[in-house]
Amino acid sequence: MKLSREWLREYTPIDVPDKEYCDTMTMSGSKVEGYELTGAEISRVVAGRVLSMERHANSDHMWVCRVDAGQDHILQIVTGAQNVSVGDLVPVALDGSTLPGGVEIHTGKLRGEVSEGMLCSLKELGLEQRDFPYAIEDGIFILQEEGAPGDDIRELCSLNDSVVEFEITNNRPDCLSVRGLARESAAAFHTPLTLPVPTVKGGAGDIRELLSVEIREAELCPRYTARMVKNIRIAPSPKWMRRRLRASGVRPINNIVDITNYVMLEYGQPMHAFDYACLTDGRIVVRRAREGEVLQTLDGNDRPLTADMLVIADAESPVGLAGVMGGANSEITEGTTAIVFESATFSGPSVRHTAIELGMRTDASSRFEKGLDIRGTVPAVDRACELVELLGVGEVLDGMIDVLPGELRETAIALDSARINALLGADIPEEFMVSTLTELGFGVKDGVIAVPSWRGDCTMLADIAEEVARFWGYDRIEPTDIRGAAVQGGYSQKQLFRQKLGRTARAMGYTEVMTYSFVSPSGWDKIRLSADSPLRRAYTILNPLGEDTSVMRTTALPSMLGVLATNLSRRNMSARLYELATVYRKDGGELADERTAMTLGAYGQGVDFYALKGAVETLLKAARTPDVRFAADRDNPSYHPGRCAAVYSGEERIGTLGQLHPDVARAFGLDENTCCAELDAVKLLALEGPEPTYTPLPRFPAILRDIAVVCDAETPVGALTECITGAGSDVLRDVKLFDVYAGPGVPAGRKSVAFSLTLRSEDSTLTDEHAEEAVAKILAALKEKLNAVIR
Amino acid sequence: MKEMLEALREASRQAIDQAVDMDALETLRIRYLGKKGELTAILKQMGRLSAEERPVVGQLANQIRAELESELDSRKSALAARLQERKLQSETLDVTMPGKELPLGSKHVINTVLDEVTDIFVGMGFSIVEGPEIELSAYDFDRLNIPENHTVREWTDTFYITEDEKVHLRCQTSPVQVRVMERMKPPIRILSPGRVYRKDEIDATHSPMFHQIEGLVVDKGITMGDLKGTLNTLIRKIYGPDTVTRFRPHHFPFTEPSCEMDVQCFECHGRGCRVCKGEGWIELLGAGMVHPRVLEMSGIDPEVYSGFAFGVGLERLVMRRFAISDMRLLYENDTRFLSQF
Repeated sequence: MKLSREWLREYTPIDVPDKEYCDTMTMSGSKVEGYELTGAEISRVVAGRVLSMERHANSDHMWVCRVDAGQDHILQIVTGAQNVSVGDLVPVALDGSTLPGGVEIHTGKLRGEVSEGMLCSLKELGLEQRDFPYAIEDGIFILQEEGAPGDDIRELCSLNDSVVEFEITNNRPDCLSVRGLARESAAAFHTPLTLPVPTVKGGAGDIRELLSVEIREAELCPRYTARMVKNIRIAPSPKWMRRRLRASGVRPINNIVDITNYVMLEYGQPMHAFDYACLTDGRIVVRRAREGEVLQTLDGNDRPLTADMLVIADAESPVGLAGVMGGANSEITEGTTAIVFESATFSGPSVRHTAIELGMRTDASSRFEKGLDIRGTVPAVDRACELVELLGVGEVLDGMIDVLPGELRETAIALDSARINALLGADIPEEFMVSTLTELGFGVKDGVIAVPSWRGDCTMLADIAEEVARFWGYDRIEPTDIRGAAVQGGYSQKQLFRQKLGRTARAMGYTEVMTYSFVSPSGWDKIRLSADSPLRRAYTILNPLGEDTSVMRTTALPSMLGVLATNLSRRNMSARLYELATVYRKDGGELADERTAMTLGAYGQGVDFYALKGAVETLLKAARTPDVRFAADRDNPSYHPGRCAAVYSGEERIGTLGQLHPDVARAFGLDENTCCAELDAVKLLALEGPEPTYTPLPRFPAILRDIAVVCDAETPVGALTECITGAGSDVLRDVKLFDVYAGPGVPAGRKSVAFSLTLRSEDSTLTDEHAEEAVAKILAALKEKLNAVIR
Repeated sequence: MKEMLEALREASRQAIDQAVDMDALETLRIRYLGKKGELTAILKQMGRLSAEERPVVGQLANQIRAELESELDSRKSALAARLQERKLQSETLDVTMPGKELPLGSKHVINTVLDEVTDIFVGMGFSIVEGPEIELSAYDFDRLNIPENHTVREWTDTFYITEDEKVHLRCQTSPVQVRVMERMKPPIRILSPGRVYRKDEIDATHSPMFHQIEGLVVDKGITMGDLKGTLNTLIRKIYGPDTVTRFRPHHFPFTEPSCEMDVQCFECHGRGCRVCKGEGWIELLGAGMVHPRVLEMSGIDPEVYSGFAFGVGLERLVMRRFAISDMRLLYENDTRFLSQF
């Protein structure tokens, strides 16, 4: 909402500097977005009287003028314009003047003749013909304003105003008006407020003989008020009105349209004017549109209507889209002689719905959406008629038609200053509360607050507390520490567990990434998910920004691969990354099963399957996941069939790790040796083992024995290890693989695998014999079960 | 014999002094003091001496033996010291060469600041709670007192999952408030961080997904002063003790009275500059006293309890704190960016 301070002063005398005005308004709740001086870019431009004109000696179209611009001498100014005559009063940009757009004017020579400045056109002053309809577009602006040579053009053309732009919150449609802001301003500065009540002389007949109004949808139109004017003379509106409209960001059109806009700005009540001649039978019917009806709106577009849209119709067809825009069929034209002013209240949601449906938000619709004061229709329509009489635009008929199907309600709230202070943590005197509320138009009597009709946002004491606090000053409320019962705060198990996973990953050199929760469904194809994969059952956004962000991810693998690809394409030579990513699974419930997936991804030097497996093992160790086991997974479509492991804790599948399938790597533009892991953090938390208790340190020394066995090349090391630990030795404490070899010295199709065994007894020093016995037992088991023989 | 001994003493001393390594010393020890050494050889001739001479010579021989042993020892220490010194010399490293790199991963900068904020609030007795991101309109809108015709409900503003508008991607962390109040009775002190979604095109200052931190305190006697005190604590811990804040009235459907908190521009200290668009202040967060209707809808009696709530955009805190000018950097995850924090 743009507010002209000149207009504001009509209601309350506030003369503080702009900065101070804006700061005070912001701190009392009317947030100022910015302010500007109209004509701020214009300096040293004055009115000048053309005394004489001569043809330029060296030009066939230029004139050399002698101009009295109120300076110490008569100026000589050269102009190429052809519309100037001797005796005209024109804007003169003096030597050293500035014009909009940063233009500077200096004394110079034009084809040999000195020119001490410039005569200006409308455009050069940043104006339009709408502002000064008597002026012409391409030529010097011949002033018809009352002025004398030397008068500042900003004064003369009323360009010396400040316009303040407010951000008005949704709950305060009353502040989308000059009168509303005047009320706020007067309360903020404690200045007297004068809000005149419009008076209409009338006398041009009785409206009831010409017009009838019927509301068929009282829910959607709680009030419809109309007045009529006849013998209309369409013309430009006066300068002061055009200026105020323009300052408020509205383009002047003609006197009738300008009056409706002026009243909307002044009162906040949207108005509409119909050409009475276009209303069949002199009837106005507020009804729902009929399916198939089409209305051409004032902007020239044909609007197909539906039954959930409210229209203003005459006896036959719609003439306006209620609260949104009028119809072209009843538009005010040069030939209009009688008009109907509409000032109505429409239901906010209904107007909003219609405006959205038709894709046409208007100034009026955005006001109606917020819910307007039902008592505002009468003063607004009276004001419009008052302006008609003031401007001499036409003759106002007596009476008004005011249809109000329901009852007017009033809100009363008991003033409880102690509770207000308790809520705010302040000590505001009750007198201050009463005086503030009174300044804002609330009635306070016998401890009961009567809420004014335009303040639909105030329904309870908390609302009153805000009214009081914002004028008392939020900054005067003392900051305090929270009192009351001590409460135990902290992180949930889930959060602590995620923190631990993250810490461990970072300690291993993995860096955290963060990616969008919504992804492109094409990612599923890129990671080669089968057509019936349950991971394709995702929550789909019905109105996404684009395909790229249209489904909620069910797996974070494509996100990780996208990040790896970004880094590779930017020539970051290696990357080790992790994400604790939320994935959104459909589990049949109303809402998603939102789980945390931990993904790891890496490429570059030192990265291979085993490097990633080591990282996974360390993570699982930190997570105290019991009974971890890895098994070859040949069927995971995203990974290399020979380099992918399913990760288990006991029988529970907890994740996957592997080198990417080459097709997947290619789809993302990654190297084939890129490795990833996915772990289900929710399962890991559920499986997390108990906190360890102390195990006594060994009292007796251990014996280390290395063994090397030759087995089938196909036999997994995991099977050998399981066989060793399962061989039944009671002194085996640890098994560590230290070498795998195939080649000369080992038969084809076989491989040599070497382990280091740690043997120890807990109740005596182990003898060599006992150790040998244990090793023999292990070797026997290896031979028997896996045909692995000592080398 | 005495002369022989003296000669031995002289010769051995010189030999020991000139020995250059441990082996040479050992050879000398064997040569002079060994079982078959020169001293023993001389002593073997003691039989030829008179009874008077024997103790004198014996004493001298013992003295020489002790002397030799001591000299051997001291020479040995000196040699050992020299050897060590030489070894150390030869082992000298170029300490200006780089160390062996131990890669340390870094936390994402958003989580760095988030963890800082949650730690501050945990210290003040807050619990950190989370809620669903795919949320019911009942929680995200209705029970937060957001009116039917509020623009946030529009399809141009919110991402919808179901046609009937019952399920959407939450556009704020506030529904967690409702969920908490539904199952917890006061005193309540919670902080709820998480992802939120709004239909904004991606640019330097907008992202359709970003993070918010929601705070809620409900108890008997909670005041707006408490809200101000709590938020001042937060902002001063994040931006430093000298940070100046101001609270200005605003409107949110779920709080009453409502406010926005601005911090004084770090660049110009309130005078107005390009960073703060001439205002001198930078808008940081929205807050207010929990709307009585919101308390009521969650089964908490507003006649008995009051509370405050606030919501702050995490990205804004992060970008301001680390002078990051483009929000897109946060989600691109270029390791050269990530490793800076």
